[in-house]
Amino acid sequence: MSRQVKFVQGNEACMEGALYAGVQFYAGYPITPSSEITEGMAMRLPAAGGKFIQMEDEISSICAIVGASLTGHKVMTATSGPGFSLMQEGLGYAIMAEIPCVIVNVMRGGPSTGLPTHGSQGDVMQARWGVHGDHSIVALTASSHQDVFEMTVEAFNIAETYRTPVILLLDETVGHMREKLEIPEPGELPLVERLRTNVREGVNYHPYLPREDGRLPMSDFGGVHRFNVTGLYHDMWGFPTSDPKMVHDLIRHLIDKIENRVNVLARYKEYYLDDAERVMVSYGCSARSALHVVKDRRQRGERLGLLELQTLWPFPADVVKHCCAGKKSVIVVEMNTGQIVHEVKKAVDSPDNVFLANRVDGEYITPPDILKILRLIQGKGV
Amino acid sequence: MALKDYIRERFFPHMWCAGCGHGTVLNSLLRAVEQLGLSKNEIVMVSGIGCSARISGYVDFHSLHTLHGRALAFATGVKLSKPELNVIVPMGDGDALAIGGNHFLHAARRNIGMTAIVMNNKIYGMTGGQFSPLTGIGGMATTAPYASIDRSFDVVEIAKAAGATYVARSTAFHAQECTKMIHDAILHDGFSVVEIMTQCPTYYGRKNKLGEAPDMIKRFKDITTPIGSKAKQENPDLIERGVFVEKNLPEYCAEYDKIIERAKGGA
Ligand SMILES: Cc1ncc(C[n+]2csc(CCOP(=O)(O)OP(=O)(O)O)c2C)c(N)n1
Ligand code: SF4
Ligand SMILES: [Mg+2]
Repeated sequence: MSRQVKFVQGNEACMEGALYAGVQFYAGYPITPSSEITEGMAMRLPAAGGKFIQMEDEISSICAIVGASLTGHKVMTATSGPGFSLMQEGLGYAIMAEIPCVIVNVMRGGPSTGLPTHGSQGDVMQARWGVHGDHSIVALTASSHQDVFEMTVEAFNIAETYRTPVILLLDETVGHMREKLEIPEPGELPLVERLRTNVREGVNYHPYLPREDGRLPMSDFGGVHRFNVTGLYHDMWGFPTSDPKMVHDLIRHLIDKIENRVNVLARYKEYYLDDAERVMVSYGCSARSALHVVKDRRQRGERLGLLELQTLWPFPADVVKHCCAGKKSVIVVEMNTGQIVHEVKKAVDSPDNVFLANRVDGEYITPPDILKILRLIQGKGV
Repeated sequence: MALKDYIRERFFPHMWCAGCGHGTVLNSLLRAVEQLGLSKNEIVMVSGIGCSARISGYVDFHSLHTLHGRALAFATGVKLSKPELNVIVPMGDGDALAIGGNHFLHAARRNIGMTAIVMNNKIYGMTGGQFSPLTGIGGMATTAPYASIDRSFDVVEIAKAAGATYVARSTAFHAQECTKMIHDAILHDGFSVVEIMTQCPTYYGRKNKLGEAPDMIKRFKDITTPIGSKAKQENPDLIERGVFVEKNLPEYCAEYDKIIERAKGGA
């Protein structure tokens, strides 16, 4: 097969992945460092028969994609920290009403306007808990353009399969870096299309009655089934309720449909883990430096390994526990003051052996940065 | 089709207080839809949060009950992704012009083909009678216990200035007029706004000593007058009713179709 090869930014890889997945509607508001996705969509989507709209802000952007998803389309928006903050209410709505959609957050330094043109991984916990109220969420990430492409496709597949918003947490470093991308041939990567109800016209269709396998077939707005969609707790018809049993069943359903599938949703890469004495756990741009250190140390005979997480939420605790079992130390590499490191500590057998290697000054964490911390952990001095 | 066929009877009784003006709007809306002979499958009702917004659940159309103030943003996604649908957006005054003011301006600016029905009761009904941007100077509300010093918006003037291509106003007293306006607004190819002054006897009425619902409804007759009437010249304080704007300008979804053609290398 002849794959199309491009030399692109990570943001373009994300856009290409979305087009490959079949995105049909995109609404967004410009913000550094995600604007290339929005600009790319404005350029490419209409030619692909889709629709692009620049909304008045990020609040309306996420609302618009939810509306477009309900008419039966694959939808996406992209933003960065300040915009992601504005999207939280709409994100919660999409969780509650079970609307498939993909939200890309190309992370920059925060809080507030922070560092618009510098990388960071500070929004990991916001992705998990930014929405008010109990809930669960799926968040994916990637460290190379090929993976950005594939994780974007995955994001759409998961969103459609589980009727849920999926967050794609990229970062400025990967988003703006240029490297090679090979676009897979059509059919190379599996695509999940929306599950639609086969209930016939005139027969009662329940938009919020899960099938035995937990999935909820949808019916497009404009189709033969008319139903209510709301952000309030609702019954199987989608009509508001405060009946304690229904409320309980719904919150359990929303959380369980994700948390019961932690292992199914886990995407990760293992590097030299089998005989590793020490393991690094990392993701996104940080994982690139971590991998560099691992390869470099291997050449000097040091048994170092890397677990690169691509699913951040639901946190793949079993995978982490398994990969870190019996290791002398676990070094979590991330560009924040410590977010995933706490999850790793919770997951492993020996939390005291878990260390943080980080950088929070807006500069990219380099292999020498990680090496210094590694030497300290090993008692070798800087 | 009989009016009751447009209703989701299983979801009644409705949640509105006795005498609430929102029910009149529901009635007018259904009559307009009936006159238009639209199929229920062709209509999407998108609403925000508020007593007014609950309309969407009671009608047997596709219904999307969203977030406070954001209905027009959701509706924009529905409409642009499937332009053949008739999108109707019932809104509260706070919903439309406080928290949702920005979306209101931009939906009008785009001239996207949908109908906003602003049910203006000059108060936040759902949350218990706080003042809205439509309450106006001197109005009483739970958050304006010493009378409001906030100036009021004028829904019609804002809609006009923002670029809506159909703008009309009526009141809950003038039900037939409302029906006609909603009918024409739905038919209109572009962003249409119908302001309907409604009564909230429970909060606005009580706080402002305007009596019971019938008194408030009758008052709509007394304080309004048709556009350009002689009465208005004699008494400038009267609020004008009627169609303020009706013009044809390029509709957003149709314009986007041209973009698709251009992007595909045509035209
Ligand atoms: C983000 C957000 N802020 C505040 C509220 C609370 N809230 C619900 S309805 C409402 C005002 C309703 O007033 P209006 O839009 O005029 O509708 P009415 O109830 O008068 O018909 C408010 C403030 C909310 N639901 N969401
Ligand atoms: S509180 Fe006011 S607006 Fe709400 S239902 Fe009662 S009368 Fe109507
Ligand atoms: Mg109101």
